[in-house]
Amino acid sequence: MIELSGVTKTYDGQAVLTEVDVTIPRGRLTALVGPNGAGKSTLFGIASRLIVADAGHVTVDDLDIARARNEEVARRLAVLRQDNTLAARLSVADLVRFGRFPHSKGRLTADDHRIVAAAIAELELEPFRDRFLDQLSGGQRQRAFIAMVLAQDTDYVLLDEPLNNLDLRHSVQMMRRLRSLVDDHAKTIALVLHDVNFASAHADHIVALRDGIVVAQGPPEQIITPEVLSEVYEVDVSVLDHDGQRVAVYFR
Amino acid sequence: MGLAALCAAGWLSLGVGVAGVGVADLLSPTDEQLRILTTSRIPRLIAIVLAGASLSIAGLIMQRITQNRFVSPSTSGTTEAAVLGVLIATLVFGSTSLTWKMLIAIGFAIGGTMLFLQMLSRIRHRDGLVVALVGLMYGGVIAAATTFVAYQRDLLQFLEIWTAGSFSGVIENRYEALFIVAPVALLGYLFADRFTVVGLGADFATNLGVNYQRVLYSGLVIVSMISAVVVVVIGAIPFLGLIVPNIVTLWMGDNLRRVLPVTALAGAGFVLACDVAGRLIRYPYEISASTLAGIIGGVVFIGLIMRAADRAGAR
Ligand SMILES: Nc1ncnc2c1ncn2[C@@H]1O[C@H](COP(=O)(O)OP(=O)(O)O)[C@@H](O)[C@H]1O
Ligand SMILES: [Mg+2]
Repeated sequence: MIELSGVTKTYDGQAVLTEVDVTIPRGRLTALVGPNGAGKSTLFGIASRLIVADAGHVTVDDLDIARARNEEVARRLAVLRQDNTLAARLSVADLVRFGRFPHSKGRLTADDHRIVAAAIAELELEPFRDRFLDQLSGGQRQRAFIAMVLAQDTDYVLLDEPLNNLDLRHSVQMMRRLRSLVDDHAKTIALVLHDVNFASAHADHIVALRDGIVVAQGPPEQIITPEVLSEVYEVDVSVLDHDGQRVAVYFR
Repeated sequence: MGLAALCAAGWLSLGVGVAGVGVADLLSPTDEQLRILTTSRIPRLIAIVLAGASLSIAGLIMQRITQNRFVSPSTSGTTEAAVLGVLIATLVFGSTSLTWKMLIAIGFAIGGTMLFLQMLSRIRHRDGLVVALVGLMYGGVIAAATTFVAYQRDLLQFLEIWTAGSFSGVIENRYEALFIVAPVALLGYLFADRFTVVGLGADFATNLGVNYQRVLYSGLVIVSMISAVVVVVIGAIPFLGLIVPNIVTLWMGDNLRRVLPVTALAGAGFVLACDVAGRLIRYPYEISASTLAGIIGGVVFIGLIMRAADRAGAR
């Protein structure tokens, strides 16, 4: 379980997160939703020790993330930020291999190689494995980053807008893959999603954020409702029932 | 293949010079020729390989950890700061104290490089052109201050020794301090993966459990040590640490563990070629390796800048 309590962050006098208490339950798929600028990326940054909060604290199971050794956290929690541009020209295979760094410190064992190959295969990157990242499309590159994070093989995985640049098929596949990591491999996954319907269809737990404040958190039935979604996004939303799946409609 | 080419060039270099040892004599030298080889030609070859390889490695590491292809010891004030350090050491301790010269040059190189990186982190547009220009100007300012001090104290003729690297003065018992760069460069190789990870940026590095700041600073210390030692023993070799890694990584990518050995080989080969050519062009006179490296390196540097500017324009 990842627990953020009383987390506050201010940039230039502007409150970005105010006394946020969020729980990311173990062994579940959690979706973080909310409008642009709500503070989702900041929240993930703090939860993964990449950003230092002004107040509050974060624990991952028994680990206090501010005190724990960086290397130890890296074997337990992996994070992918929203915008990733690299100055380095690495091949896809090399990038994914670096996902094993927290475990092997660069001396990859047979096991490491197997995990890397599996991550590359999972994300359908085999045809590009020896290509440089700057020779890929945005979606292919996004998949390469996700493969790296999955190769890190941590209990906890935080992904900030992993569906960025992915087409419909790859988005659905990605969500199913993450779902199966939770169901079959006991991983805990949290991700920022823009499309609330993906959250509705795949998440166990949804956290809705607006203006740095948690508006609601709970199972999809409690969050994917006209009332909550209208409050979070400030547009009119209706929710339809499609074969037991709650679908938010907000296009007009 | 590269190694074979380097060996051939090295062989050739042993057979080039004013004193009577030709390429043909290398297999069966007379006693006199053997003496020339062991006191002068072989030390010179070793010095060339050490300086060429280590400076290129220094440039490679620097470019990777700063995530910038236009950062290098000779375009970011590192070399100039080291020269200032040697000058000050000479003023304070006299020209014979090698240890003090080394230590103070290394200290200045570290300080000068840190200051440049501080400046860099404050510049919004970190594209190649701006970084290259700021780095050159910064180096220019330090060099100007150095010249001023040297002029005041009547040490200009010494300055030449450190700013224009040359291997003609390398003889037995006068260059061995250069061997310090070998373990330092090896350390760079052992840290190669960490440098590559740091080159992915602070977020990636932290996520992978690497201490970004610590590795960054360790890298800068390695780079500064190599640059300063080469300045003290041989003198500066301009653009070497910039162009060799740029060309190698353009072709092989940025995974340091893979490119570092190739960069070392290419750097040694490039300096060796400059040195041999410098001895042949105006035989029996010598053009210093740093002069030739400066000319070739300058042209390649301009080419790289134009290429970067082209890309920026296309964006
Ligand atoms: N490094 C920063 N400096 C200043 N303001 C920032 C910084 N990072 C984020 N912000 C601001 O914080 C707010 C929340 O940003 P973010 O967490 O990225 O939102 P989200 O991911 O929900 O779109 C935004 O208003 C953004 O402008
Ligand atoms: Mg965001």
